[in-house]
Parts: sequence; structure tokens; C-alpha cells
Amino acid sequence: MDGTGHRIAALTAREAGLVGCRHCTRVSPIGTQTCPRCGGSLESRDRTSMQRVWAWWIVGLMAYIPANLYPMLLTRTVGQVTDATIVGGVIELAHHGAYGVAAIVFFASVIIPVGKFIAIAYLAVIVRRPHGHKPSQLLHLYEVVEWIGRWSMIDVFVVAILAALVQFNLLATINPGVAAVCFALSVVFTMLAAISFDSRRIWDQIRRTSDESPA
Amino acid sequence: MTPSDDLVCCPVCDTLHEIHGVEEGKRLRCVRCNTVIAVDRPEAIVRIVVLATTSLVLMFIVIFFPFLELRNGVFDSRASVFETAMTFNRGVMAPLAIAVTLFVIVLPVTRLVSFVWALGPLSFDRPPLPGAAFALRLAETLRPWAMAEIFMIGVAVALVKLGDLATLAMGPAFWSFAAIVFITALQDTQLSKYSIWTALDTASQR
Ligand SMILES: [Zn+2]
Ligand SMILES: [Zn+2]
Repeated sequence: MDGTGHRIAALTAREAGLVGCRHCTRVSPIGTQTCPRCGGSLESRDRTSMQRVWAWWIVGLMAYIPANLYPMLLTRTVGQVTDATIVGGVIELAHHGAYGVAAIVFFASVIIPVGKFIAIAYLAVIVRRPHGHKPSQLLHLYEVVEWIGRWSMIDVFVVAILAALVQFNLLATINPGVAAVCFALSVVFTMLAAISFDSRRIWDQIRRTSDESPA
Repeated sequence: MTPSDDLVCCPVCDTLHEIHGVEEGKRLRCVRCNTVIAVDRPEAIVRIVVLATTSLVLMFIVIFFPFLELRNGVFDSRASVFETAMTFNRGVMAPLAIAVTLFVIVLPVTRLVSFVWALGPLSFDRPPLPGAAFALRLAETLRPWAMAEIFMIGVAVALVKLGDLATLAMGPAFWSFAAIVFITALQDTQLSKYSIWTALDTASQR
């Protein structure tokens, strides 16, 4: 560690009979409801955290299924209507030879959402009981999930931009499909699931099983 | 244990640390999870305010000027962020309009205004404005929901998708957008919760 702060033998605020503010890092006596410094609400461990994680996870999944089944983009060219689903759009891009962009869209709309569902469920299940996983690895997983989730919005924005640009064209019109709305909702819900997760829980169950000797 | 100003908890893992000042230019990381807790950069506050103000000005260009222009001989079409959001303000697609307006316009602007409101007076050595604490908390909460940079990647993908259909050109807003993304990334590296809140505390006591 650089700097001059020193450690109180990995004692948590909770164990010291204190509650720490996650907004401004100030500590208060346990039982305090609002942080005296920043006015944020205080809770030593977010008790409803897990229920909220699972609730958002489930509605997120419920929105993700129709997002893949229904068309994302409706293109009308001289009396002909073609629609494309998320995966259909990726295939089309690949057909045009735009492999790089196809890969970006595929990653943002398929790999990230599916990976997120798995990762959040894995974290939520694992921190319930004492576990032998390295907390630093779990934290990395959580940070990646939290950071990457918003990037799934790419496809929603693409649909909105295309529709806005090609609206007034007489030769073709592009309209967003139902899936665009479902997908946007799914991204928002899974982001809320990730945010609801209380990262402090990663360490709570750890010390009984794995030793946490100073690095 | 009694709470004091020197006692700081890690917002990520709850470990307590005792901080007696940070050496200039040093970062203090959590012993357990390695999260940066404090950074001593006295100029960080001023820098955040300057960057946020610049982004706000650029944001105005981004919203009302076209970011993409489409030409195919027969017609011209250009889209600004504002138009993109307003295209489907009716019917089933209204949620999409709300999403674009919120994530690309409202939330990023709110976040920038909050920063300037909370930290602006501090950079002139003045006491903070009322509601500064709330504004700072708001800016932190909005962080994941401000998606200007993601919209920009969307513009690039749209460009490729329409490539065969017409000639496309980047509008002035696109470059402002690019600047904002860069500035935001720079601004976020200046942030350390402990240091900013301590600065706000010190200013309130003046
Ligand atoms: Zn606080
Ligand atoms: Zn920590």
C-alpha cells in the first residue's frame, strides 16, 4: 500500500459496531439511518438486496425472451416489408462483409446479456453460504458485470438512429420493432439487478472457510 | 469504536481504514479489495468542474446539430439526437423515445449540472451552494445511466448498416460527441469519493 493510511486488521465497519456510508465513506454508529455528511441512507448490509437482485433478474429474463423472438427492425421498400431479429441483423451485417461490426453487435446483444444472466445468478447463489472462492475474483466478476451491462444498449440506439434517418425517405422506411423495446427493458432490468447486489456480501461468508491472511 | 473524521470505510467491501492525510499525488487503496479510497490531487476538483462545464457546452451542440447526414442524390436526410428521440414520441414506440431521451440527453446533462452545482463554488474557494451534498450523490448515482458514449458506437454501427443505401457523412455533433466521451473518461479518473467529500466538508466549514 502506498500512502499513509493504516489497516485495522481487516476489520469491517459492521464488526466494529459501525455503519459505513457507501456514498461518501464516512462511518457512523450502527443503527444510524441517514449519513450526517451526505444525507444518503445507511444500511450495514442491504437486507432486501437479494430479493431485489432476483426480482430484477427474473423480469430481465422475461423481457429478453421476446426481444429475441420478435423483429428488431422493420424495413419497408416499395411495398415489400422485411423484418430482422437481433440475430438476423447480425447475420445480415456479416453477409455484407462487415465482420467487425457484426462481431460488436453480436457481442453486445447476445454474449453480454446471456453472460450477465449467468454471472449475476452465480454471484447471488454463491454468497449465500460460506464459500471457498477467492473474494477478489468474485469482485472482479461483479465489477465486469456492472461495467459491461450498459454496452448492450448499442443495438437499441442503432435501431433508433436508423429509424430517425430513414423516416422521410420515399424509397425505404425503417421502423423499430417490438423487440427493440423489450431489449431496452431487459438491459435496464439487468442493470438494476447488478446494482442491487451488495458487494460487501462477497466478504461476509468468506472468512470461516478460506484464510484471509494479509497479502 | 467511535466514528471520527479519520475513520473511513471502503464503499466496496466495508473494511475500515484510518487515514491521516494522503501524501500529495499518492493513491490510497483498500487493503482488502484494492479499490482506490483516497487520492490526493488538490487540483482534481477544479479539473472536474472545468471538464463538466466543457462537456455541457458540447452537449448543446450534440443535441441540436445533426450527427449524421445521409445523401443519395434524391433526398437529403440528417438526424440530430433531438430528432432521433422525437421520431417515435407516439404509439408503441414511445418507450424507445423515452429511453433515448433519458440515456443520451437528460441523464448526462443532469449529471454534468450536478457536478458543476456541487463543486463549482469550491473551485473559486467559495462555500458550497445549498443542496451540494444531494447534487454530488445524484451525480454518483447517475453514473451508469449516462450513456452518451454508447450512443456514439451506435452511430458508427448505423453508418455501416446504411453504407450501401446512401452516402453518409458525420455531422458536427459527432465530433462533439467524441470529445465528450473522451472528457468523461478523463473526468472519472479524477474521482475519489473520500477526497471529494472531504473537500466539500472543508469548504462548508469556511
Ligand atoms: Zn455519506
Ligand atoms: Zn475494500
